[in-house]
Amino acid sequence: MTEWEMVVGLEVHCELATATKLFCACPNAFGDEPNTNVCPVCLGLPGSLPVLNRHAVELAMRVGLALHCSVEPSIFHRKNYFYPDMPKDYQISQYDEPLNVGGRLDLPDGTRVGVTRAHLEEDTGKTTHVGGGGGRIHGADHSLVDYNRAGVPLVEIVSEPDIRSAEQAKAYVNELRAILVAIGASDARMEEGSLRIDANVSMRRAGAEVYGTRAEIKNLNSVRSLGRALEYEVRRQVGRLEAGEAVVQETRHWNEDEGRTSSMRSKEEAYDYRYFPEPDLVALAPSAEWLAGVRAVLPVLPSERRVDLARVAGVAETDAAVAAVVQQGLDGLVTAAVGAGADGRLALNRAANELAHATPPDAGAFAKVLRMEADGRLTATQAKGVLAELVSAGGDPEAIAAAKGFEALEGDVVAGAVDAAIAAHPGEWERYAGGEAKLAGFFVGKVMAATAGKADGKAVTALLRERLAGR
Amino acid sequence: MALISRDDVAHVARLARLDLTEAELDQFAGQLAAVLEHAADVAALDTAGVPPTAHPFELVNVLRDDVAGPCLDRDEVLAMAPAAEDGRFRVPRILGEAP
Ligand SMILES: [Zn+2]
Repeated sequence: MTEWEMVVGLEVHCELATATKLFCACPNAFGDEPNTNVCPVCLGLPGSLPVLNRHAVELAMRVGLALHCSVEPSIFHRKNYFYPDMPKDYQISQYDEPLNVGGRLDLPDGTRVGVTRAHLEEDTGKTTHVGGGGGRIHGADHSLVDYNRAGVPLVEIVSEPDIRSAEQAKAYVNELRAILVAIGASDARMEEGSLRIDANVSMRRAGAEVYGTRAEIKNLNSVRSLGRALEYEVRRQVGRLEAGEAVVQETRHWNEDEGRTSSMRSKEEAYDYRYFPEPDLVALAPSAEWLAGVRAVLPVLPSERRVDLARVAGVAETDAAVAAVVQQGLDGLVTAAVGAGADGRLALNRAANELAHATPPDAGAFAKVLRMEADGRLTATQAKGVLAELVSAGGDPEAIAAAKGFEALEGDVVAGAVDAAIAAHPGEWERYAGGEAKLAGFFVGKVMAATAGKADGKAVTALLRERLAGR
Repeated sequence: MALISRDDVAHVARLARLDLTEAELDQFAGQLAAVLEHAADVAALDTAGVPPTAHPFELVNVLRDDVAGPCLDRDEVLAMAPAAEDGRFRVPRILGEAP
């Protein structure tokens, strides 16, 4: 029997970083006192009329352009439903004529995920359930509603079902977040709900053309939850399929504490949203000039920065350190260091591993440490120590190295320490010579102790092999 | 031929959360059929080459600047609601998650 293959498509809702809501002048702000950012429009009071926010449209266009979508003439629809999170009893969204269609997202590992569409819509209010356990609906006595979020502009980015693993799904969201932040469209803070994910998941036999029945998973509040929920859902669906049972097309709720998904509705009533064109809004038809203006303010995107950095460092674009350095915004530093004579691969690795979450050091000083390491004046361990000091206190690398007593040892001092260690531990030496390769670490440790950590580990290992060959 | 059945009317009424009596179902089925017949007159016209439109106006891109304006006073807003609690609207128990 062939293996099962996971098929995933993601819907990402992203709150746009505007000053005001999508259709009214109420502030778009997180964490304000409940129901203080409301007006007749977002409360759905009779006689009020929506007026579209230009900046929200431009941010949505930036999203579309960054995802290589075609930006099209579009209209708004009313999505009708009865739920207290929308006081109008409908949500204004884009339906069959969305703003952005047919794009793609290139991931750091070289894979590509298609983007079906990215459309504009308004967010809903926030409900809190009272009387049930832990704010849950189940067992709740009544609910409280805050409409500060109702009408906040959202872009919903819908992917093609191109994702094949939990890792790829997480990489997609991480890359999307990096793009949204880079283009200034959103702060993309999942913990504040500015970025929310729904996942459509189905299973099929590897090589099959037809998709299996999918379940839609909601309440994924972090990238980690997304990965866990997908892994759980794969086990659940495969379990059913292998037991000869069908997967039911339904919406499922991810419970982070229990680590499982559960069906959200007992009686599955197909929703009939009765979409119809919003009569209070006219069409959106971006002109070529307007689009060009929006395109002109787009920064260099993470994928383009990875290509540039890989070229500068002389490594493959899919190298993990390349993605890490770009993600941490250290590509400028690495490029400058290489320009100042540092080795590309070394600069990349030291930036990825030693400078994460730190205030980046001066590029010249960074390059100097790397040159000292490449010249053999500092061991790898010493170079990391100097970098740490450089980041925390600044200063000149030469001075830091001198203050720490990091002077490269003469080769014969190291050789002497190696010979002394061998002589002092003949039993271990015999075992090492007999093939117990891991004892190399034992001798390196002895030499390090004898030289107060100043010896270069690689040089010691090389000397040990030399002594072994010369026995 | 009836353009809308009594069952269609009952379905639409349910979606709109309208509780119609048997007599009202008959009445609205008749009235809505008349409306749909009128729409059918329009549908009979040759509209080949006429692009579909969502709006009677030629106007596009009606936009406002992203500048904050005044909001309503919360006490005033909540006073309009049947019930409020903790600065929020209080609503009856909800039976399921948002659709
Ligand atoms: Zn408002």
